[in-house]
Amino acid sequence: MESLLNIGIVRWFDNRLPLLSYTQEQMMDYPAPRNLNYAWNFGSLAGLALVIQIVTGIVLAMHYTPHTEMAFDSVERIMRDVNYGWLIRYIHSNGASFFFIVVYLHVFRGLYYGSYKAPREVLWWIGLVILLCMMGTAFMGYVLPWGQMSFWGATVITNLFSAIPVIGSPIVEWLWGGFSVGNPTLTRFYALHYLLPFVIVGLVVLHLWALHHKKSNNPLGIDYKGPQDFIPFHPYYTIKDAFGVGVFLIAFSVFLFYAPNYMGHPDNYIPADPFKTPAHIVPEWYFLPFYAILRAIPDKLGGVIAMGLSIGVLFLLPWLDTSRVRSSTFRPVFKWFFWLMVVDMGILGYVGAMPAEGIWIIIGRLATAYYFLHFLILLPLIGWFERPRPLPDSIAKPVLSGGPVPGVGAAHDKA
Amino acid sequence: MAEHTIGAHEETRRDFLYVATGAVAAVGAACAVWPLIDQMNPSADVLAVSSTEVDLSPVQVGQQITVKWRGKPLFVRHRTEADIAEARAVPLEDLKDPQTDEERAEKPEWLVMVGVCTHLGCIPLNGEGDDKGAFNGWFCPCHGSHYDTSGRIRKGPAPQNLTVPGYGFIDDTTIVVG
Repeated sequence: MESLLNIGIVRWFDNRLPLLSYTQEQMMDYPAPRNLNYAWNFGSLAGLALVIQIVTGIVLAMHYTPHTEMAFDSVERIMRDVNYGWLIRYIHSNGASFFFIVVYLHVFRGLYYGSYKAPREVLWWIGLVILLCMMGTAFMGYVLPWGQMSFWGATVITNLFSAIPVIGSPIVEWLWGGFSVGNPTLTRFYALHYLLPFVIVGLVVLHLWALHHKKSNNPLGIDYKGPQDFIPFHPYYTIKDAFGVGVFLIAFSVFLFYAPNYMGHPDNYIPADPFKTPAHIVPEWYFLPFYAILRAIPDKLGGVIAMGLSIGVLFLLPWLDTSRVRSSTFRPVFKWFFWLMVVDMGILGYVGAMPAEGIWIIIGRLATAYYFLHFLILLPLIGWFERPRPLPDSIAKPVLSGGPVPGVGAAHDKA
Repeated sequence: MAEHTIGAHEETRRDFLYVATGAVAAVGAACAVWPLIDQMNPSADVLAVSSTEVDLSPVQVGQQITVKWRGKPLFVRHRTEADIAEARAVPLEDLKDPQTDEERAEKPEWLVMVGVCTHLGCIPLNGEGDDKGAFNGWFCPCHGSHYDTSGRIRKGPAPQNLTVPGYGFIDDTTIVVG
C-alpha cells in the first residue's frame, strides 16, 4: 500500500480523496491488542456473512416475484430451473442461520469479556441495533417464499402489535395493508427486506467507527499502557481472521451441501393457506429463546412486553453490571453465572421449539424468570459482592514475562 | 443590536424568526410524511365492506362450515342441544371476557364467529379428529388457547372471546354477514 503511494498519480488522487491512506490507517496499521484470542474472530465473520447475504440476495431478487399468486412458484423455479438457483437460494437461506450463529457468538464474547463496559457503551448499543435490524430482515425474508410457515409466521408476529392497548388493531391493519396478511403485506415486506441490509451496512460502519475510536477490548479486559500492548492489524489479525473464514466456510459447506434444509421447516414447502394453521408452528431456530419468553407469560400484552424487554435489558447492561473488571477471567463468581445464563438461553431455545403444553410451560416460565433474574438482580449484586482476582499490570507484561502462550492462559499463571 | 454582548442571551426578533421557521418546517415535514405513512393503510377497495350471504340449510346439527369473509375464515356452527346447554350453564364469574351465550348467539343453535384466535391470529381447531380443547369448543394449536362451546376464551393466553361479527337472518336458513 505504502509503495503504491510512491506512484505520482496515486499520490495525486490520495491527496484529493485519501481512500488509500485511510484504508492503510484503518484496516492495516490499526493498532490491535496483541493478545486477542479466537473469540475475536466472529466480528469479521459477521461482516463476511452480511456480504454473502447481500450478494446472493440481489441475485435472488432477479428471479423472485413478490405476489401471493406467484411467489411460491417463482421460488420453486429458482430451485429447479434457474442456473445454479438451488445453490444461491440455499446459500441465502443457510447463510441467514450462519449469520445469526456468528453474531450470537460475537455477542456472547462481548458478554464474557465485558466488552459493553465503559468506554464502549455506544459501540455495544449499535451492535444491539444491528441485531434488531437482522431480526426484522430475517423475519421478512422468511415470509417471501409464501409457504405455510411464511404466512403463519407473518400472521403471528404482526399480531404481536395487536397487544398494544387501543391503537393495536389500527397498527396491525396498517402493517398488513388490509384485514389479514395478504398481497400488500408481501410486497412491502419484500421492499423492506431489500432495504434493511443496507441499513445494516450503515450501522456496521458506525459500529467500526466507534470500535476504532476507543480501540478493541481484549481477553484481559484491561486498558492500554503503551505501544508495546499493540500489534498492527495487518498482517497479524488479517491472517488470523482468514483462518477463521476457512473454518467458517467448512462448517457452512457441511450444511449447504449435505443438510441444506436441516434448519428449515418442511411446512414451508406447502403453499400458504390462509384457512389452515399448521398444527405446530415454530419460528426459525434463532428466534426460539425469544419465542419461549413470549409464550411463558400467560397474558398477551405481558408476553409481548417480556419479549421486548429480553433484548431491551441488554441496552442497560453497562449499568446493570456493577463490576469495574471487564474480563470474566478475573471474575471467579460472575464466570459461573455467565455459563448458567448460556445454559438458560439454551433451555429457552429448546422450550421454544416444543409445544406449549404440560411440563414445557413450567420449564419455560422458570427459564424466563431466571433470564431476567440474571440481568436485573444477580448481575448488579455479583458486581458488589464479588472479589475479583488481581489484574495484570499491562497487556504486554504477562505475554512477555511468562507463559509460552500469549493471552488468557498466561494471565492465569500470572494471577 | 450593537450593544448586545456575545454570550449574554436576550430574546430578540431573531429568536422569534428561528422558532417560527422551525415550527413551519416541522409542520411541513409532518404533512410530507403523512402520505408516506398512510399509503400502507388498507386502500378504499379493500375497506369497501363486503358482505357475504351464507346458506345455512345444508349444515347438519353438530356440523361446522367455514366461509371466507374479508380474507378471514368465518365459522358457522350448528350447535347441538348439549353444546347450548353447556354454554349456558357457565357462570359469568368463570369467564375472562364475560359475555352470556345469549349475547353471542342470536338463535341458540347457530353460532357465527370469526375463526381467528384473539391471541396472535391463528385458526382454532374443531373438526373431525381435531383437538377441541378442554372445554369442548375450539383449541388454538399455536399457543394453547381453549375456547368453550360459545367460542369464549376459557384458558390460555388469548385476551378475548372469538369475535362475533354483525350479521342478520334474511330468512330462516340464510344469514348476511357484514
